[in-house]
Amino acid sequence: MGLRTPLYGTHVSGGAKIIDFGGWDMPLNYGSQIEEHHAVRRDAGMFDVSHMCVIDLTGARVREFLRLLLANDVAKLNVPGAALYSCMLNPNGGVIDDLIVYFQSESWFRLVVNAGTRHKDLKWISEHAAPFAVDVRERTDLAMIAVQGPNAIAKTVPLLPPGGRAAALKIARFSGAELGSWFVARTGYTGEDGFEIMLPAEDAAAAWQALEAQGIAPAGLGARDTLRLEAGMNLYGNDMDETRHPLESGLAWTVAFDPVEREFIGRAALTRARAAGGPVLVGLVLEERGVLRSHQQVSAAGESPADAQRATPPAGEVTSGTFSPTLNRSIALARVSKGMGPKVLVDIRGKPHAARVVKPPFVRNGKALIEI
Amino acid sequence: MSENVPDDLQYTKSHEWVRKLPSGQVEVGITHHAQESLGDLVFVEVPQTDRHVAAGEACAVVESVKAASDVYSPVSGRVVASNADLAQQPELLNQDPYGAGWLMRVELDATAPGSALLTAAEYAQTLDAAD
Repeated sequence: MGLRTPLYGTHVSGGAKIIDFGGWDMPLNYGSQIEEHHAVRRDAGMFDVSHMCVIDLTGARVREFLRLLLANDVAKLNVPGAALYSCMLNPNGGVIDDLIVYFQSESWFRLVVNAGTRHKDLKWISEHAAPFAVDVRERTDLAMIAVQGPNAIAKTVPLLPPGGRAAALKIARFSGAELGSWFVARTGYTGEDGFEIMLPAEDAAAAWQALEAQGIAPAGLGARDTLRLEAGMNLYGNDMDETRHPLESGLAWTVAFDPVEREFIGRAALTRARAAGGPVLVGLVLEERGVLRSHQQVSAAGESPADAQRATPPAGEVTSGTFSPTLNRSIALARVSKGMGPKVLVDIRGKPHAARVVKPPFVRNGKALIEI
Repeated sequence: MSENVPDDLQYTKSHEWVRKLPSGQVEVGITHHAQESLGDLVFVEVPQTDRHVAAGEACAVVESVKAASDVYSPVSGRVVASNADLAQQPELLNQDPYGAGWLMRVELDATAPGSALLTAAEYAQTLDAAD
């Protein structure tokens, strides 16, 4: 038996197929992963993401601490509730984890980190927090439900604490607000609008049932993966890890090199990597039948004379691949030599298949952004 | 479990089923357990008509959101028909694995040795043992 969220019993009685996910017993789907995917793109779906780890950081010097700890710069956060996506790097520039940081007050920031990395993250954060006298507290008392889709906000608002409904409609994208004992953030991992709600664990089952009664479809980790990949969002452990830095993981936009005076862990290594160049993370669309999957090898399509003369031909590897229910095609993220494409070949079960290099995201707000 | 293992079919350990048709030909598909383990099917590649398949030979590919998987022919013979609907509607295999989700029909080789197919009870037992 694995770890279980406060909603485990609800999933089982809802007919979920349960799988092990990083030591957690989590719902893979409640019947059809593809139907759950479409529910989120076309209407509203919800995910139990209580396995993710909420960490509250408090202390007078917490902002100063986070400016050292994170590759993105929390100096950008000035309005309470404002959120920022960032990588947390090791001194080599490798990604220890990706996370969201919320600014609550000048002495209180909240992090949401991945489930599978919680122990090493807590250790790393605590070690570096000590000199700043920042208190690190894991909020195991909270559950988290992500409600996503074009109708997610409209269907969720009537269930919020009465005093908070008007405020909830005013939450800006990528920020959150405390509404009674709930923290409601307009963030997500699907490329659709919606809320991520952190709430007391004991409220979670009743909230889930009430959301379902509003017509919000329960969705599992299977749909969560196809949705995030269509949205061009990375998955930690697949698309980046401690051996890969953000610049070769499609995450250069999350690294705040300016201001140059700010020291952050990994900065020196990233500065060197930026000068050296290296592989890049791109999107792939498969032009044929089949499904792209992690670790498939990517090669240049048709040896051009320039390719043939190189000591090492351009090459790459799929880091995340799936079937896109919205595009009805297979899509992937792949780490490839810079400048490769647009036409490439992917080795699928021993046979070369034609694919095209594209710029993610593939789908946003229900719309295909890639021509098929 | 047994309601998803019809009594009138024969099975393989690799989760294919075989139905004897009145014509003497057989129909082949994959079991409820197989489609459930795979999850939503997104591509199905069926064998070409007139191809000869040998028992144990990979004859079709079923690919789901989760994984690609070979289907092994439970019998030896000539493929007389394959299910063209699956190209456009792979979900038929999830919805009706023993009916509309059939993969191929085979005219058995006259010289084929007696096959080692499982009865419904034997197949159900292999599933219970794996649980």
